[in-house]
Amino acid sequence: MLRTTLITRHQICGAKLVDFAGWEMPIQYSGVVDEYHTVRSHVGLFDVSHMGRIRIAGPGAISFLQRVTTNDVSKVAVSHAQYSMVCNEKGGIKDDIFVYRLSSDEFLLCVNASNREKIILWLQSQLAQDATVRLEDRSVELAQVAVQGPKSRDLLLSLGATALEGLKLHRTCDGTIGGLSCLLARTGYSGELGYEIYIDADKVGRLWDLLIDKGQAYGLKPAGLGARDLLRLEMGYLLYGNDMGEDTTPLEANADWTVSFQKGEFVGCQALLAQKQSGPTRRFVAFELVEKAVPRHGFRILDPATAQPIGEVTSGNLSPLLQKGIGLGYVPARYAEPGTSILIEIRGKSLPALIVKPPFYKKPVRREG
Amino acid sequence: MIPNDLRYHQEHEWVRMNGTQATVGISHFAQDALGDIVFIDMPKPGAAVKAGQQIGEVESTKTTSTIYTPVSGTVAKVNADLKDHPEVVNSDPYGKGWMVTIDLSSAGEVDKLMTAAQYEAFLSSQKKG
Repeated sequence: MLRTTLITRHQICGAKLVDFAGWEMPIQYSGVVDEYHTVRSHVGLFDVSHMGRIRIAGPGAISFLQRVTTNDVSKVAVSHAQYSMVCNEKGGIKDDIFVYRLSSDEFLLCVNASNREKIILWLQSQLAQDATVRLEDRSVELAQVAVQGPKSRDLLLSLGATALEGLKLHRTCDGTIGGLSCLLARTGYSGELGYEIYIDADKVGRLWDLLIDKGQAYGLKPAGLGARDLLRLEMGYLLYGNDMGEDTTPLEANADWTVSFQKGEFVGCQALLAQKQSGPTRRFVAFELVEKAVPRHGFRILDPATAQPIGEVTSGNLSPLLQKGIGLGYVPARYAEPGTSILIEIRGKSLPALIVKPPFYKKPVRREG
Repeated sequence: MIPNDLRYHQEHEWVRMNGTQATVGISHFAQDALGDIVFIDMPKPGAAVKAGQQIGEVESTKTTSTIYTPVSGTVAKVNADLKDHPEVVNSDPYGKGWMVTIDLSSAGEVDKLMTAAQYEAFLSSQKKG
């Protein structure tokens, strides 16, 4: 199994390790619910080095990215970041990614761990003989940690990361944390104020130790994949492999906003345009169970009148915040309106649920800078 | 972590005998494997149950696990405190985290269950396997 540079730190922190997309990763340290609350109320530290980091550079970088991603890269200024999709010719999602613009002709793509090899091969095949673009897999020498939670900014500022004062959502800056140079991005997967830190792999151990040590005063705890999944589920964020795949399109997945039809031709454009014109027949929705019960991936969604199957749950859990079963899944478009009644089949019982507008977690009002 | 005065089932439930009544819960090993428990679906008092039968579900943040009754009889009480505080099963699986009491219909069944020493050996054989 693959291991990140931080594996011994995880063991020292008491992590339970599991196989995630071929990586031996912490699912939890102190406990999933405790780590979840730590991120919502203070700050959590995640190792996300298992994700793929790909550098795309050269004079042809923009036009290449315009062609292989669905969003409009020309709108991404230097030091900005953009959520986007890589689609196949049929408009199916090959991966959901973050595109960071580092300089006028240099980009960093953050891709899912489970898709790293596939995406690199795909991008290389799309690149063909184009000598104006260089593609470089930086996943090994560049590490990535996420610092997420309302105390994240104060913690990083206390460690000298002055460059992030005033950094807005989906913006990046070069900075230092405890004297270690890194790329700081205000991005994340938790719905909280938070940052992702890209740093040379040979420095990430020192960064981790520093954050664990100095983070104590801010209530920081290391957090694993279990908490990460709960946090993103409460925000209604999609998880590749669960909530979308090569057979779902961004339009079905409620991610229309990641698709720009104005920017010109891109891979999947024709199929997506046709689907946009006819309207997707199924829609990605969020739902809450009326009674306390826990929906899970693969459970059937039923029509409340006929009890016939109409779709499947793609993600589900008990929301620690709402203390309700919450889930995501696909239903025919006519059931997608918030307020619509559906049934979730849980071990032979059909339990009533309501379509709701995500996020499940509505953030309290606070300083967001 | 494996109390001597209890008997154990291969699905990781424990049984505490009190005359003709048995208290049933899940073992420390089971709660640790499940992780944070967030919801428990339990049988209703009065339900007739047979040894080995599914009587409920434990939901954790990671997964769902079935509760099996190691003994036959009638459900006498369910632990109502677990409705709002299922996490007690994590913190005190052999005490406040008990799940149901069952009035036994067949007293001999308990003797077929594992002793603490046998359960410990069972766990270590499973870890190796």
